[in-house]
Amino acid sequence: MEERLDTFPRLLLHHARKRPDAPATREKDLGIWQTWTWRQVADEVRALACGLAAEGFGRGMHLAIVGDNRPRLYWAMIAAEALGGVPVPMYQDAPAAEFVFVLNDAEIVYALVEDQEQVDKLLEAKPQVPTLAHIYYDDPRGLRNYEGVTSFERLLERGRDFDRAHPGFFDEQVALGRGDDVSGMLYTSGTTGRPKGVRQTHDAFIAAARGSAEFDRLQPSDNVLSYLPMAWVGDHLFSYAQWLYVGFTINCPESGDTVMIDLREIGPTYYFAPPRIFENLLTQVMIRMEDAGPIKRWLFRHFIGLARRCGAEILDGKPVAPGDRLHYALGNLLVYGPLRNVLGMSRIRVAYTAGAAIGPDLFRFYRSIGINLKQLYGSTETCAYVCLQPDGGVKLDSVGIAAPGVELRIADSGEVLVRGPMLLKEYYKRPDATAESIDAAGYFHTGDAGYVDEGGQLRIIDRAKDVGKLATGALFAPNYIENKLKFFPHIKEAVAFGNGRDRVCAFINIDVGSVGNWAERRGLPYSGYTDLAAKPEVYGLIRECVETVNAQLAAEPGLADSQVRRFLILHKELDPDDDELTRTRKVRRGFVEEKYGVLIDALYSGRKVQHVETVVKFEDGRSGLVAADLRIEDAATLPAQPAKAA
Amino acid sequence: MTTSARPIGDVILALEHISLSFGGVNALSDISFDVREHEVRAIIGPNGAGKSSMLNVINGVYRAQQGTILWRGQHRHGMNPHDAAAAGIARTFQNIALFKGMSVLDNILTGRNLKMKVGFLEQAIWIGRARREELANRAKVEEIIDFLEIQHIRKTPVGRLPYGLQKRVELARALAAEPSLLLLDEPMAGMNVEEKQDMCRFILDVNEQYGTTIVLIEHDMGVVMDISDRVVVLDYGRKIGDGDPAEIRGNQAVIDAYLGVAH
Repeated sequence: MEERLDTFPRLLLHHARKRPDAPATREKDLGIWQTWTWRQVADEVRALACGLAAEGFGRGMHLAIVGDNRPRLYWAMIAAEALGGVPVPMYQDAPAAEFVFVLNDAEIVYALVEDQEQVDKLLEAKPQVPTLAHIYYDDPRGLRNYEGVTSFERLLERGRDFDRAHPGFFDEQVALGRGDDVSGMLYTSGTTGRPKGVRQTHDAFIAAARGSAEFDRLQPSDNVLSYLPMAWVGDHLFSYAQWLYVGFTINCPESGDTVMIDLREIGPTYYFAPPRIFENLLTQVMIRMEDAGPIKRWLFRHFIGLARRCGAEILDGKPVAPGDRLHYALGNLLVYGPLRNVLGMSRIRVAYTAGAAIGPDLFRFYRSIGINLKQLYGSTETCAYVCLQPDGGVKLDSVGIAAPGVELRIADSGEVLVRGPMLLKEYYKRPDATAESIDAAGYFHTGDAGYVDEGGQLRIIDRAKDVGKLATGALFAPNYIENKLKFFPHIKEAVAFGNGRDRVCAFINIDVGSVGNWAERRGLPYSGYTDLAAKPEVYGLIRECVETVNAQLAAEPGLADSQVRRFLILHKELDPDDDELTRTRKVRRGFVEEKYGVLIDALYSGRKVQHVETVVKFEDGRSGLVAADLRIEDAATLPAQPAKAA
Repeated sequence: MTTSARPIGDVILALEHISLSFGGVNALSDISFDVREHEVRAIIGPNGAGKSSMLNVINGVYRAQQGTILWRGQHRHGMNPHDAAAAGIARTFQNIALFKGMSVLDNILTGRNLKMKVGFLEQAIWIGRARREELANRAKVEEIIDFLEIQHIRKTPVGRLPYGLQKRVELARALAAEPSLLLLDEPMAGMNVEEKQDMCRFILDVNEQYGTTIVLIEHDMGVVMDISDRVVVLDYGRKIGDGDPAEIRGNQAVIDAYLGVAH
């Protein structure tokens, strides 16, 4: 009889039998990459599951998992599922106050966390979370004198004892699991309102993993670096579902600060990152190039210029003039190859980006130096699996064709609707929200506005609810404008306003790393973000960026009215700790609009300077006040170009 | 946060009637105080009070003209720095004293110098004993790197690091000697608030995890009052106060020394 591989614990046991000595997980610890084989992982998971069972954890219960990407936290998810429980990974950088909602919503009794930092936060949240009773920790440092918390080692020990006493228990539990059991609950980031718990089944995630793995021909020999928040659906698909479906190796970095070093050491073959990471990498490269000698700078500029012209075409296997091809080969030797190596991307076969729109120039840059970067489209509710770009069919402004098994439909309102095996089972305890988002025909309403282009690829315009109209009647898609602004390495974040108004204005956050370096090279002294952001020179720099964007917008049909007329540089960085961004760093538009109402008024009233005071929360939870007199500047706009008639 | 989780033990270091002068200048006059096992002991005082001189006397850089040092029950008239290090006393310096061109890792390894028993010829061939020893030393260094969260700069030359991190590397090197007594000379000077908080946490962690006794000189009163078990106050080379933070806060002589009175 063919074994049923319809749950993640069964997939783990399958790999442990089929490739027992192949590496399943690596982690850099004390400067050395440690490896666990599939057999070892299966043993650990078995002991861990038995330990949790001995502690009373069982079917239908929720296990909160909080921490950076640690092997044991991934294993804990399998262990919980083996017992029929549901792992609930949570954003590790959220403060205790934000934990409270999720812990209560999911009625968490058991929590497994990484270290003292997370234990402290859970203990802080505990008085408001009556159900929370068991806390286990992985890293014992600093926790010697804590009471009422249990070490991972102790849990494993209990598990091994329990396993000896009940030898058939683990296998029975795994056999009880069904594909349509809920395998995980991921919380939405909550761009609007409270986060919602999205319940996904084994079937859904396995379908998404199977579809995407076959689409890109993933192999057991592939390597990925697992460094994105475990609570994010992208990581759950790439470092968990696909890992267990395909049987490749996941590599956990040594710490959050070493990701780039670890990336180089591992040289993953398959890579996933939100646009922000690609942007940061490119910004770093650009900063270093600015500091390089004139010969290197010339080489870099010359060959990047060539790559921009024909690199992406060569990658796509399109016809390119032999002279350019030869020239590109030389560039590969001198610039692109070493650059890929510095980025840790020498061995990448497939790289994906998702989570937010990526700037076309940024996207093209990576493809032009020979990195097969593609886009995908999905959400927490769809296991991050709706559209994928096929090799050779990559476009800059679309997110790909419907993935295998996914049905795609555009509603009359322009909203993207999807149906398929990867859809969520339900929102936890929110039948109203479930009913609202899944219609009678079984289509999930994504909330994104988009259309299918002539090549059959989906093109996303904006969040459906964000798309508005200017007072002139022209379409206003704020994300579209913001993304254009954010492509400049000097601009970290932008918020555009204009819905129902006669013109578009914007808030800008500068990128301290990039602008700071720019200022240093000009001998411009500054003391910190607020000071730097207020410099007239910096305003000049940003105005150039804004005006470049305006020129692009003027050239696009129907978008000339979206040009940014006035802008200001915010006196503080938008921050998830101040509720201005979600944990996945998307702007909470409504909140920002309300909080900085006085600045918006100033933008539209034509004032030149506006005083503002803002309360900020520091990392340790205390708050302080930042006050500044912000300048507001006008940006030049261009008349709509004749091409508009087209 | 729990302070000093390990019970404070017996006196391990006692300084009795220490006097030190340079020519006609009395840097220290007749100073006595003690340090107990596992405690965090702060030395404070205005500029020129003799704080750094006091540390230098403890680890043998200076030799006091008068007075004795009682180290773990043994009387010493003075130590030399090598004896002090061998006895388990490590220190950091007010002005960072690292090898700027060497990597963080190599700098910390120099702190293991006294633990290396194998001769340099054997080390050069790097087989058997030498190899095992180096692996053991490297493992210890990695443990400290992990402890102080400086993995990301392991291979970076020290000279390229910002000041706050250099201070942390210096602490790492001192810890590499596995000291039982750690002397920190202004570990937080020149740091911003966040760096200071980090450093405080590391100092308390060292104290808790390794049970290391810590003597530190610090100017930031907030820091001193937060992390010290006992404080000794010097002014013009004389001791004007000694006790727990609450006592020191209420000590009139100390208040006068800091706020200034007509002498």
